[in-house]
Amino acid sequence: MAKAATKSAAPTVARAPALAGRDFSAKGVRLAVLAPAERMALRAPEASLAALSKALGVTLPKAPKTSAGKGARTAMWLGPDEWMVIDEAGGDPLADCAKVKQLHSAVGISHRNVAISVTGPAAAVCLNAGCPQDLSLAAFPVGACSRTILGKSEVVLLRTAEDAFRVECWRSFSDYAFAFLCQAATDAAA
Amino acid sequence: MLLIRCPYCEEERPELEFRNAGEAHVVRSADIAAESDEDFEKFFFIRANPKGITFERWRHVHGCARFFNAVRDTVSDKFFMTYKAGEPKPDLAKIMKSVPAAAPAASDDATEDKPKKPAARRAAAKKGDA
Repeated sequence: MAKAATKSAAPTVARAPALAGRDFSAKGVRLAVLAPAERMALRAPEASLAALSKALGVTLPKAPKTSAGKGARTAMWLGPDEWMVIDEAGGDPLADCAKVKQLHSAVGISHRNVAISVTGPAAAVCLNAGCPQDLSLAAFPVGACSRTILGKSEVVLLRTAEDAFRVECWRSFSDYAFAFLCQAATDAAA
Repeated sequence: MLLIRCPYCEEERPELEFRNAGEAHVVRSADIAAESDEDFEKFFFIRANPKGITFERWRHVHGCARFFNAVRDTVSDKFFMTYKAGEPKPDLAKIMKSVPAAAPAASDDATEDKPKKPAARRAAAKKGDA
């Protein structure tokens, strides 16, 4: 685990992430591909949570569909013993977890995912074109997160503000997800 | 779209997030090597497949990814309850009592006279017209 956490030497070629720089605007909805971030899939039993929360600097949420954030780091509840941790400021959650002695599984998935932001007053309508969940503020408040589906692909949804969502999709699905959202945004505007 | 309550997410979620995973409460023998061929066949291949109330495993595959058990009516597709994996099989009679609408759907074999009813009503209407 410690080996995986050590960073390799500085790359000689600039990284070109999938969909980098793509964006799309329609009336009421704006789509943008977010900058690369550090991501980690974390599985741990109840007994390890306190130590992991301390090492990460974020209290891992225990309630379904909730997230916790501190600074540039967000921990999202995905299942009863499963979390996704995102660090947008370049911090390495894997390295932080490597110091923890308690039982856990931490897997780096930074390059597996692409994040798309969906913002604007019609953001929820746009996502509901392919996501069957209730995205009203009562059922899906700010800070709520969930693994769900968008059209034919699985995504992780995080509501960052009343009219803003972060859509985390797998890199290989990202082209499909972005094209789907572009069409949905056009339809939501109509 | 059906809404299925996930006992781990503690709320109802759309059916698209779920996947059926076969009959529940199929217990694997502790000493599988000593099992006779007939018993193994029963455990491995033979399923109840009832018309009516069935106990099934489901997986919230596009959600929390956990397996859980559900009580469902195969005729009406109604979910009566869901419970966490590992919990004991609930008492069927108790479920039926708590859901009064469940009883007819479970034993709904006496529906033969249903198609006749609209025809009878139509005939009555005609009489009224004349």
